[in-house]
Amino acid sequence: MKYLSEYRDPAIAKRYLDKIKQIVTRPWTIMEVCGGQTHSLVKNGLLNLLPAEINMVHGPGCPVCVTPLNLIDKAIYLAEEKRVILCSFGDMLRVPGSRKSLLEAKAGGADIRILYSPLEAVKIARENPDRQVVFFAVGFETTAPANALSVVHADRYKLDNYSILASHVLVPPAIDAVMNDPETRIQGFLAAGHVCTIMGIEEYYPLAARYRVPIVVTGFEPIDLLQGILMTVQQLEAGTAKVENQYARMVRPQGNPRAIETILEVFEITDRMWRGIDVIPASGYQIRERYASYDAMRKFSVNIPEAPENESCIAGAIMKGIKKPVDCPNFGTTCKPENPLGAPMVSSEGACAAYYHFSGLVEQLEQIH
Amino acid sequence: MTKVTQARRRMQLQCPMPKLDFEVITLGHGSGGRLTNRLLDSGVFELLKNDWLDQRHDGAILPLEGPTAFTTDSFVISPIFFPGGNIGALAVHGTVNDLAMCGASPQFLSLSFIIEEGLAMQDFWDVLVGIRQAANAAGVHIVTGDTKVVERGKGDKIFINTTGLGAVHPSASIATDRVRQGDKIIVSGPLAAHGMAIMSVREGLEFETTIESDSKALHRPILAALERFGHGIHLLKDPTRGGLATVLNEIARDSQLGIQIGQDQLPIDHQVAGACELLGLDPLYVANEGVFVAIVDNEMADDILAFLRTFSESERATLIGTIVEDHPKKVVMTSGMGGRRVVNMLVGEQLPRIC
Repeated sequence: MKYLSEYRDPAIAKRYLDKIKQIVTRPWTIMEVCGGQTHSLVKNGLLNLLPAEINMVHGPGCPVCVTPLNLIDKAIYLAEEKRVILCSFGDMLRVPGSRKSLLEAKAGGADIRILYSPLEAVKIARENPDRQVVFFAVGFETTAPANALSVVHADRYKLDNYSILASHVLVPPAIDAVMNDPETRIQGFLAAGHVCTIMGIEEYYPLAARYRVPIVVTGFEPIDLLQGILMTVQQLEAGTAKVENQYARMVRPQGNPRAIETILEVFEITDRMWRGIDVIPASGYQIRERYASYDAMRKFSVNIPEAPENESCIAGAIMKGIKKPVDCPNFGTTCKPENPLGAPMVSSEGACAAYYHFSGLVEQLEQIH
Repeated sequence: MTKVTQARRRMQLQCPMPKLDFEVITLGHGSGGRLTNRLLDSGVFELLKNDWLDQRHDGAILPLEGPTAFTTDSFVISPIFFPGGNIGALAVHGTVNDLAMCGASPQFLSLSFIIEEGLAMQDFWDVLVGIRQAANAAGVHIVTGDTKVVERGKGDKIFINTTGLGAVHPSASIATDRVRQGDKIIVSGPLAAHGMAIMSVREGLEFETTIESDSKALHRPILAALERFGHGIHLLKDPTRGGLATVLNEIARDSQLGIQIGQDQLPIDHQVAGACELLGLDPLYVANEGVFVAIVDNEMADDILAFLRTFSESERATLIGTIVEDHPKKVVMTSGMGGRRVVNMLVGEQLPRIC
């Protein structure tokens, strides 16, 4: 458990903070891509400790935030109407669909189970041969290998009652989309360490070159983040735009070849709708033809009409780093975790939830006193 | 063999189930008729024996004197046997602890079961043995009870309700309006063990760990501390559901004062912290069943802390924070990094995250 203490050592944190303060000469806007990083920054109070010149903006790396509304409606439909055992990561359950959330569907009697691994869903399918079991396979490259492996396992057992409702998204095309937005102000990126643990860092070289931005692959602990920020600021101040690896204790340049192989065995790249953002070309995975029988979309031919998004939610602008949660007039007023207008307010990786739970209120308090 | 199975084997060796002509509980066992009596006569009364229960009357007639604390709690937990405990022992500890938080010495409990048809008799027996062991250890008598059986699918194995009565200690003066600025906040032991022990054996989330529930009765150190320090103890709470964060928020809200805690002061075992980290849960919101929070007089805080540490139930008691006048009704935590953040009430259930 040394990672829980060593990478949270206040003395080391102070050294990095001092170093950043020493070298920074002008304002810089840096995006941390992953929602886990956002939460770590906010929860540990790092945003308040960084020098005023460093403007951290929060990226689209929140899997449940970018999962399309329509797909949540489809998952609910499968659980309620097709009476499948719908298995999901816990985080997905509170996210509002167009009519209700999975949690509300569960309360209404749908068989919805919270799992930590898709392989558990395969086990449930084997134990319930008379029921259809669907795993709601959302996430970035990080969760793709396990989700793919569940399909490989199901195929090995010749299960005809297991399928996945897949909505995988990829980080590099999202960085591309963020940089292509005319309103973007981002000058450097902290790339998501976990994603690169799987995929490696090579995909980021063309992005750094094309947009002339430093990209530092960064971990999730406070010290990781401060070191990642320092490395980015060093590059910005020096005028370089390289890909660097702060999270070298986990990330190898080539990633995890076995995991990549498993992903590519089951999935192929496709265009993907990102909730609040838009369709991003070649930004997600879909199940290959060979495994079509494990694709819940094809298996159940679910046709749910697209429902309109709540227009007052600015989740898209927040996830592209154009706005911050506190810029939203609904933040903390009409939009709260118990009654969210959009997914970033409920996900444990959502930027709005991070601000609501950990940060905004302290600042408000300090203004009052 | 898992730890849970080992613990049950030990219980069965100490207190073997009598030979019965039925293996599972059926609807008839809750009918109030012959089968009910057969179930109760098969060992329930014998197991929980005391003067009041032996009367087998519709209710118990109790010799109460002076101010009496009165509390009730229902227990619905899955799985019913878990590392470090079982639903039976938990049902005793929970109500005993609620009495203790009122500054009362637990005396009498009622015990009601709602059993789902099909529960294995051995499971029911082991739950009963858990109840007996916990009640004996706490010195509390089970004086009246009830058993109902519901159809399969209408319950989840077994639900237990216990109601408790206890004599309030003459020196106890425990109330929210006694909380004042400068008071110190003590927690009696490491946090989040119960919730994480349950989580580790939940279907779909199983992970290997040696984390055990902290389920235990807490009245012994509390009553001794009341005897010694009396009015120096201003408020007692047990942070069960919703964890420490919820209880502290309730105290802040009800007292109209602020609470300041330090992340570095919170006692959390490495194993538990690691499991929380893995599942993306915040230990501040995870349930405890063997921990109390005491709000105590600033001047006596060190002595109370040292005294509590002489009891096995609270040997790892820790001072975690202070009642302040700043930020009324809010709990604010200083992180290890020196940043500050508000610790809010939990909105719903904590859900494990994706990655």
